[in-house]
Amino acid sequence: MSPYESAIENSRREFLTTSASGLGMAALVALLQADEKRASAADPSIELTSVLAEKAPHFAPKAKNCIFLLQAGAPSQLDLFEPKPKLNELHGQPLPTEMLDKVRFAFIKKESAVLMGSPRKWSKHGECGMDFSDFLPNIATCAEDILMVRSMHSEQFNHHPGQLLLSCGRATFGLPTIGSWLTYGLGSESQNLPGYVVLTSGRGSSGGASLWSSGFLPSHYAGVVFRSEGEPVLNLTNPDGLPDELQRRGLDTLKALNESHFREMQDPEIASRIASYELAFRMQSAAPELIDLAGESASTLEQYGVGRPQHPQATGRGNVADAHLSFARNCLLARRMVERGVRFINVIYEAWDQHSDLEQDLRYNSWVVDQPIAALLKDLKQRGLLDSTLVVWGAEFGRTPLGENRNGRQANTGRDHHPFAFNLWMAGGGIRGGQVYGETDEIGWSVTRDPVPMNDFHATMLHLFGLDHLKLTHRDQGRDFRLTDVAGNVIQRWLA
Amino acid sequence: MKQPLISTLALSALLIASLAWSADDPRPIAQTEVDFAQDIQPLLRLHCWSCHGFEQQESGLRLDLRDSAMLGGDSGKVIRPGDSAGSRLIELVSALDPDEVMPPEGQPLSHEQIDMLRAWIDGGAKWPESSTQGSRLNSHWAYQPLHRSAPPETNNQSWAINGIDHFILAKLEERGLQPSPEAERTTLIRRLSLDLLGLLPSIAEIEEFLNDSRPDAYELLVDRLLDSPHFGERWGRHWLDMARYADSDGYEKDNPRPDAYRWRDWVIEAINSDMPFDQFTIEQLAGDLLPNATDMQKLATAFHRQTLTNTEGGTDQEQFRVEACFDRTETTGAVWLGLTVGCARCHSHKYDAITQREYYHLFAFFNNGDEATHTVPKSLAEVKAYPELKAAHHAQVEPLKAELLERQSRLGPALLAWEEKAKQTLEKSSVNPPTKESVQPDTEPELKIPENIAKVLAIAAEERDESQRKELLDHFSRMDKSTSKLIQQLDDLMKKEPAKPELQARVIVQRKQDQRQTFVLRRGEFLEPMAEAEVVPAGFATLPPLTPRQPQAAIADRLDLAQWLVSPGNPLTPRVAVNHVWRHLFGTGIVKTANDFGVRGDPPTHPELLDWLASEFIGAGDTGNQAWSRKELIKRIVMSATYRQSSRHSETSLASDPQNQLLGRQNRLRVEAEIVGDISLQVSGLLVHKIGGPSVFPTLPPGVAELSYAGNFKWNESKGGDQYRRGMYTFFKRTSPHPNLITFDCPDANLTCIERNKSNTPLQALIGLNNASFAEASRAFARRVLTLPDIEDEASRLEVAFQMCLARKPSENELRELTGLWQATREWYADHPQEAEKLIGAFAVEGATAEDNAAWIATARILINLDEFITRE
Repeated sequence: MSPYESAIENSRREFLTTSASGLGMAALVALLQADEKRASAADPSIELTSVLAEKAPHFAPKAKNCIFLLQAGAPSQLDLFEPKPKLNELHGQPLPTEMLDKVRFAFIKKESAVLMGSPRKWSKHGECGMDFSDFLPNIATCAEDILMVRSMHSEQFNHHPGQLLLSCGRATFGLPTIGSWLTYGLGSESQNLPGYVVLTSGRGSSGGASLWSSGFLPSHYAGVVFRSEGEPVLNLTNPDGLPDELQRRGLDTLKALNESHFREMQDPEIASRIASYELAFRMQSAAPELIDLAGESASTLEQYGVGRPQHPQATGRGNVADAHLSFARNCLLARRMVERGVRFINVIYEAWDQHSDLEQDLRYNSWVVDQPIAALLKDLKQRGLLDSTLVVWGAEFGRTPLGENRNGRQANTGRDHHPFAFNLWMAGGGIRGGQVYGETDEIGWSVTRDPVPMNDFHATMLHLFGLDHLKLTHRDQGRDFRLTDVAGNVIQRWLA
Repeated sequence: MKQPLISTLALSALLIASLAWSADDPRPIAQTEVDFAQDIQPLLRLHCWSCHGFEQQESGLRLDLRDSAMLGGDSGKVIRPGDSAGSRLIELVSALDPDEVMPPEGQPLSHEQIDMLRAWIDGGAKWPESSTQGSRLNSHWAYQPLHRSAPPETNNQSWAINGIDHFILAKLEERGLQPSPEAERTTLIRRLSLDLLGLLPSIAEIEEFLNDSRPDAYELLVDRLLDSPHFGERWGRHWLDMARYADSDGYEKDNPRPDAYRWRDWVIEAINSDMPFDQFTIEQLAGDLLPNATDMQKLATAFHRQTLTNTEGGTDQEQFRVEACFDRTETTGAVWLGLTVGCARCHSHKYDAITQREYYHLFAFFNNGDEATHTVPKSLAEVKAYPELKAAHHAQVEPLKAELLERQSRLGPALLAWEEKAKQTLEKSSVNPPTKESVQPDTEPELKIPENIAKVLAIAAEERDESQRKELLDHFSRMDKSTSKLIQQLDDLMKKEPAKPELQARVIVQRKQDQRQTFVLRRGEFLEPMAEAEVVPAGFATLPPLTPRQPQAAIADRLDLAQWLVSPGNPLTPRVAVNHVWRHLFGTGIVKTANDFGVRGDPPTHPELLDWLASEFIGAGDTGNQAWSRKELIKRIVMSATYRQSSRHSETSLASDPQNQLLGRQNRLRVEAEIVGDISLQVSGLLVHKIGGPSVFPTLPPGVAELSYAGNFKWNESKGGDQYRRGMYTFFKRTSPHPNLITFDCPDANLTCIERNKSNTPLQALIGLNNASFAEASRAFARRVLTLPDIEDEASRLEVAFQMCLARKPSENELRELTGLWQATREWYADHPQEAEKLIGAFAVEGATAEDNAAWIATARILINLDEFITRE
């Protein structure tokens, strides 16, 4: 390297390490790695190819990819995962007043609220005897791979703040989401696709764009929404009448002009811009290939339920724009993304806020997700991907053992928000499956053993990816921020 | 002052406590007089401060400041004056359990020391104000008074244009460096236009500047730009970032705020009229408290109504009211003081000298500011136009009214006749008493008598009062042929009566009744006010005292806070404000961490320059400028030789100052999100330059608005030019912001944004290449180029198009590249006429062949994707 080139190189390094440049260490690591691969320093476009280039974790990871099945709205753990005979026994009884004294509800009127049992039929699965209700017959067959956590708890009992806590580790705005932290810490395996992808079905989520925000991290680390209709990524398609060959021809000119300007100004940002356009071009062919399911076998499509007929009693909150099809498709896409090196796939289904009509609403939405999720777990396993892919099912909170009596309603047909004790489950990616973790009291009101605050869940998640949650930090406004805020413990018993 | 001996009461309490902890080792009672400064403070310093002081506050406890010490830590009070037995401090220092005893390491306190502490507490824990050691005497640079030094001498005598350059050059020379040469004039005019207006200069403006040989050509250009009404748009947008301005509530429901734009327009107007920054501050923080506050001053308080509102079902409104007050507290700290006060919401600041109690001092100013609405006039233009519209309407209505009266006066006989018939009808139907409609199926329409008229008819004619008579007449007039059409006409006209040009704007008003008390909230939890920790509004100990303007009022209010922020003794506000302006003109601030002037932030690269500019800014300088004038500050900076340098990275500066901390060159800056779109529309000729007004809905790809909650939001695309407005007018929906803005790092408006990220991503590339708005801009740009007058050959067209985008003319090489592209695409489209038609869409140019037209679109598209196009060089 000539002295001049090395000066540029130093400049770039300085530029990347400074907090004000907004790129930080992650980019530097990418650059250092690129050092080894650099063939010709004369071509600026091959430098800084991507700040999302893969980066080394803190220690050997178990998981490389994550599929986060965000069940927004909060499904009822008491009707899916937690049989409570005592609750059924007490059906219609009020709670002792001392239990109600200090609690807040979103909608329930405390004075007249009564407990509501669950009419579900239950069965035990796997060696550990994991409980599932008759609403999730397919996921139940994966019990050996599932770590069922019964003791999640938080203090956020409104949707948006709760979803922020689940996604960012704290119920405030401006923080990066889990996927952003993972791509910030590990980069992306894929050079043709974004490292962090969002797939949604059902209604729009309470949190909207804040659920895939990169917060104070640069926007490279934000989730990219893959859309269920039209072009898979916004602006992926050339303008009408402009074929790929002319796109390429235009980009060649663009590159030539940008390179000549780079030679003039010597600003590494220009090289970075050239690289961005090249990645965009590659994404233009990689993303359509990704969503094209033509190569999937008929049996795979059938397993996921892609193309299955609508449920005869389709009803309720999730039943929007053929959610049963888009959710199935999204599960299959998630597997295809894992195969192509997408780091974090956030599959959002906002369908679970059953304040009323819980029985039929939950029946339908469980049906929507049950088959595709089970298919996803089995498919990943069969392809040898489950070991390195962490699958998480989680929501912002659970639902109350009390029936909801909003506005003095007499008949309880739904449940209110319940952050004091709720479920979350995981599979693959170094998780020790086939176990039930934590316990709640006999009506499911509060955690009685092994409570798990959100920060512990996040710390453990990062651990699976070979990241020390205390070391994965980013300085903003003078403070080093972490996904786990100021707390977090790795839960050793979760690890395989 | 020496303390008296402990009281008997305290003494007995102490005895009990002693007995409780060790029966066979009763402590002797402290008999000595205790002096805080002499006896207690050194003890605390030696044994406690390393974990509970300025540097660290383990368990949220801080023992170096009186307020904090008395407030206690996370688990509550540790010192209860007069009650050592009930004071956790004593319990901990005297604990026998090694896991519990404090301090946890080193020698435990001796019996004598513990006795001294007990005696001090039992004596009332007196902590004189004079004993303010600890971090009150804060040596951190940002809290020091402004220190104005004369611009230093430099070796190079010819480079400097104004004071700024002396400070910059002196540092460069210290390091043996030279500044960069001045940028080309084409770069300068483009740089200035983008920095001051966020718009490109037109070719005519470029040519005029290039040919302007007057010595003050540059200054004249600067003045012209500062006077442009678009100046307020560009610099207003910077302010909107900090104000977390948006057009919707935020959170799940995220309802629209149709009035929000009115305050946004206030900002634009205030900046265009160069409202002094102190007044700008006072009106926004406390306009409602000004004597005889005007509508506009009340509107200004909407700065703090940009906080989010959570109307999600089942929320506790008090929680989100407190949340909004937190936001107001923290935003105020960030915007004016450059401090991250938010940390102190839950515990005394780990790094900066802000205690948790002080946070709530600041919070208390906002705790009694209620959310309200105030009727304000819409835009000046609408207000001005109203009387005329109203008069015009009046002029239409009045003759008709007169005519109607005239005709009605002649209705008498017909009315009488009808009355008779109507009465008969009513009598007939009295067997079946009239229903509400009183409609008899077979009667003629004239005799369908509404209930109210039936009632009037039941009254004898001479006993009816004026209004009853009128009711009857009006009813009949609507049926009679001589008047019915006229009434219809009048009805239609009245529907078109111009609405008063007013709207209900969200503002803050001071709560007058049931004023809230403010308590420190444990861990910032709104349900956990610390009863023993009530606070009143006050400033920070490290800054000059904040005193109420009316001493008799005793309690300071928001107006006092605002005046304190811009008071002459407060060094932080002008430093922070100057730094913001500097950052927008150089890419980074003199203090790089513009959002953090605290101890963890970066120190200023040029502290003397920062203070010099700050003192100039507040009018304390000797150059006679107007106090707090934003425009003068900006002018001073852009006039400097420092600003005018080339942004080319030079070999020497790369080696010795790679981050350009010393400013031996300008910085290249990617323009902000809104401007990326604005200048594309501008070169295409589509941009509508209208300033202000309700937010607009430009093209949005399908499926974006639906991602927000329940897909409850419909994006009705604007028409008639509003789809081509500047990006800052795009309706900003917090849970589903326009992707063209967010992808280019526009802040999400959930929190104050002091500094935008500047990223460079493939998604940005995809927007530039393929997004519908940008594709449309390419088409319109091509049409504009193809219809340029007096140009025949393609090379000249290319040259002009290039100059429209980049101000400079293309090099030979650049021209060759672009011509190559144009020719290649033209050949392709000649073979593919159908594709050409598709690309051209609605932007066909008469007289141009399809292949020419399409080739131009493909070429224009690449021009607006150049790195240089979206970069301010």
